[in-house]
Amino acid sequence: MSDAHPGRILPGWASSKMEISNLKPPSPEGPVLLAEGLSTPVQITYRALVWRRLKRDRTAMIGAVLVVFLTLIAVFAPVLAPHDPSDQFRDGLTPDGEPIPSTLLHGSLRFPLGTDANGRDLLSRILYGARVSLIVGVLANSLAVALGTIIGSVAGYFGGFLETILMRFTDIMMAFPTLLLAMTLVAILKPSMWIIIVVIGAVYWTWIARVVYGQVVTLREREFMIASRALGAGRLYILVRHILPQLVPTIIVWGTLGIATNVMLEASLSYLGIGVQPPTPSWGGMIQEAQSYYRTAPWMVIFPGLAIMLTVFAFNLLGDGLRDALDPTQVGKL
Amino acid sequence: MWTYLARRILQTIPVLFGISVITFVLIYYLPADPARMYAGPSATVATVARIRHELGLDQPLWVQYADYMGRVLHGDLGFSYRKQIDVTTLILTRIPYTLALICGGVFVELAIGLPVGIASAVARGRLADRLGMILALLGVSAPPFWLGLLLLYWFGYVVPIFPLGGTGTPLHLVLPALTAGLGGAAWYARMMRSSALDILSTDYVRTARAKGLSQFLVVLKHMLPNALNPIITMAGMDIPWFIGGVVLVEQVFDWPGLGRLAVEAIETVDVPLILGTVIVTALAVVISGIIIDVVQALVDPRIRHGR
Repeated sequence: MSDAHPGRILPGWASSKMEISNLKPPSPEGPVLLAEGLSTPVQITYRALVWRRLKRDRTAMIGAVLVVFLTLIAVFAPVLAPHDPSDQFRDGLTPDGEPIPSTLLHGSLRFPLGTDANGRDLLSRILYGARVSLIVGVLANSLAVALGTIIGSVAGYFGGFLETILMRFTDIMMAFPTLLLAMTLVAILKPSMWIIIVVIGAVYWTWIARVVYGQVVTLREREFMIASRALGAGRLYILVRHILPQLVPTIIVWGTLGIATNVMLEASLSYLGIGVQPPTPSWGGMIQEAQSYYRTAPWMVIFPGLAIMLTVFAFNLLGDGLRDALDPTQVGKL
Repeated sequence: MWTYLARRILQTIPVLFGISVITFVLIYYLPADPARMYAGPSATVATVARIRHELGLDQPLWVQYADYMGRVLHGDLGFSYRKQIDVTTLILTRIPYTLALICGGVFVELAIGLPVGIASAVARGRLADRLGMILALLGVSAPPFWLGLLLLYWFGYVVPIFPLGGTGTPLHLVLPALTAGLGGAAWYARMMRSSALDILSTDYVRTARAKGLSQFLVVLKHMLPNALNPIITMAGMDIPWFIGGVVLVEQVFDWPGLGRLAVEAIETVDVPLILGTVIVTALAVVISGIIIDVVQALVDPRIRHGR
């Protein structure tokens, strides 16, 4: 992305901006940001600034790299996995029928992370498990963000009766313990991956709706809204052209942080046995299967849990970094 | 204060009403037939039909709802077909266990989270701060049921200090409370740190330092009371998640609380029990919300005067 756009701002949401012109320092040449620590002031667009901040944020970049890494694992699981995840190997169990620990201990690559109680290769199951986690995490969160943004912005912008109805409904949904509501819904609708995506989306949107609602309510009163109304813009036009672009940073941050939460929710449901059903390998389900073996075969618990933790950690790191980078109050910091 | 409290309690009535309606409608569309469950698999069609009529299950949705709510308001949550026992009695026997777990978990959250957050803020940018925050982010990212199993393995099996599940002595509570609280502790540490950093950069803290106040007194008298405010708000938002986490912890440790009861109810499609546990936990969320708001109003006079 080019940083050199003298006197001009990139088109798109970045230019319809976070009130760049309201941020100091003002410049006669138009809305620009001054970069601190440089001898001559450079003009730089908001989008370029965000990208620059993000690149310099070491923890955010670690998060980004991990996210790419996990995505690659999910996509190439069939290539990477040494075995089929549902193959039960006769040499995958001890003569007494117990799961075996990592074969790396005696220099063999046969079962690098050991096997589970059915003699299946743990590494292969974990690699395949990345698919369920990421698909559910990403899709459920997209649904939640879409629902939350629509409900929050409509309630916030139109106000009145719609606002009361929508926000009271949000309050009610938020009073349910999240996991318990999801459990009940999944049980009613019969567990499958698609149902879980819909259910997680349906219990998680409330948080985004609250945040979006709060932002839209403050935006509603701003001068440029009034100006736009005065110029004869319709309500829907204002909502789509002026309000939604302002929500993009929020959507990006929640679109990332929310994945972390939803990966955890999926794992929790699967752990409780009301998630993705066997034989499809899911990390939460693997830990549930491992529960009766945690004393004799702790690896069955440890590795899937590490996978969950790494995934949630990666999206948390990236989301935190994005939030800092997108924060318009931190103008001076590059 | 009392008007504030009264207003706050009145606000919860529509929420509770909404919760009961949503839950009831959801359960109404449950594919399993409660009359068949009640009668058992060997009952004849005629018997099932008679039971359906006796239970009022052949009535329209709104009649059933009005009937159910009428009884709920008298403290009667119905009868569990599966367990052949009163739902109210069953839930009442489980509440003390869940309450003990929640208290233990919240204690762990605050006792670990707040000091770590404050220490991190004071040592901003130094090694301790970075290390603390990375640990906190890992703690937030670790699934509670996994942490629980690891704690069981290390401190119950490898080094047998604590019992492997069950209840009875205070020792039984240690691992479940740790499991319920560690994730939250990490979360509070992060919140406390950022809240504390905001306060530490204010003018009045600079003034306090300039007049020669020690670091300890600045933190205790000037930072803490102000930094706690956003934390209390966060605590209110955390409740629905925390109670969800308790369900998982109870599952790991076979802890006989409400969470396990809810899971059992869902697994066995025990309709009155599902309704009962969901409504009681939602009520708990609402009540905790009120308590949090009252605490906040006590701490922050701006709120209780509605400004």
